Amino acid sequence: MTTTVGVVLFPGSNCELDVIEAVRSLGGEARVLWHGDRSVGDVDAVVVPGGFAHGDYLRPGAIARFSPIMSAVEKFAGDGGPVVGICNGFQVLTEAGLLPGALQKNRGLKFLCTMVEVRVETSSSVLTEDAEVGSVLRIPINHFEGNYTCSATTLAELRAQDRVVLRYVENPNGATDDIAGICNEGRNVVGLMPHPERASDAMLGSADGAVLLRSLLSTAGAVNSNG
Amino acid sequence: MRFSVVVEVRLREGVADPQGATIERSLPHLGFDGVSDVRVGKSIRFSIESDDEAAARREVDELCARFLANPVIEETGVRIGADVVL
Repeated sequence: MTTTVGVVLFPGSNCELDVIEAVRSLGGEARVLWHGDRSVGDVDAVVVPGGFAHGDYLRPGAIARFSPIMSAVEKFAGDGGPVVGICNGFQVLTEAGLLPGALQKNRGLKFLCTMVEVRVETSSSVLTEDAEVGSVLRIPINHFEGNYTCSATTLAELRAQDRVVLRYVENPNGATDDIAGICNEGRNVVGLMPHPERASDAMLGSADGAVLLRSLLSTAGAVNSNG
Repeated sequence: MRFSVVVEVRLREGVADPQGATIERSLPHLGFDGVSDVRVGKSIRFSIESDDEAAARREVDELCARFLANPVIEETGVRIGADVVL
């Protein structure tokens, strides 16, 4: 059975079609989940995509996290369903409390739109199961608030529990401990600032993000067949 | 009763403030040499209908905790009352 990814669309999201296209190009199925819906339906995984949900007013993700769909996403995640937040989606997941920490304004106050290198730090997450630990992926970033910040206690926990999923090879934004992506304790919720969907085909300048999306599809498929 | 409220949202102590740092770096170029500890926050103003000031404060505190500030990086200062200038 084809693995289906639900991609959340808030007013101001702008990467949902890229994610859907990337998922389809890798053999999965994908459809939009409207922010006003109260259910994620029968999807096998949820992606909260990039963009500027609700204009990023107040703080990125601060308003989006109260959308009706987010209660359903929280429940889906609580039941072990794979959930990935990309860029603005990462910000939404931290605001919602599904992931610890917060995304601050970039050091240097520049909006960064560039290709970066990130290192896979663990293969124990829904996004990196098929990736090799230590491998370096070229994936673009596109953000103003991507400077991952958390308390010393949270950082110690993330390290001790092997929950830093991706680190920047060269820190572009001041992120604590070079963190580009983390996961929750259950390892089924991942947030990352880089955009794997924009590096899912050589035609886009890099296909290195494909391994991440493939991991998501395969872990979601496995959850699906077990459940 | 109607109360005027000003909420100041500040970055917690110890949280890097790139905006404050940028402003501070620019000040010597403008001839302001003695300025330090620049921190940028935001102020949010509104009116609230409540039975008394204590009830208004409770509601505003909850509003701050749930929505107006992200406790991971921010803290709030609340001014409330008829004499607060909006």
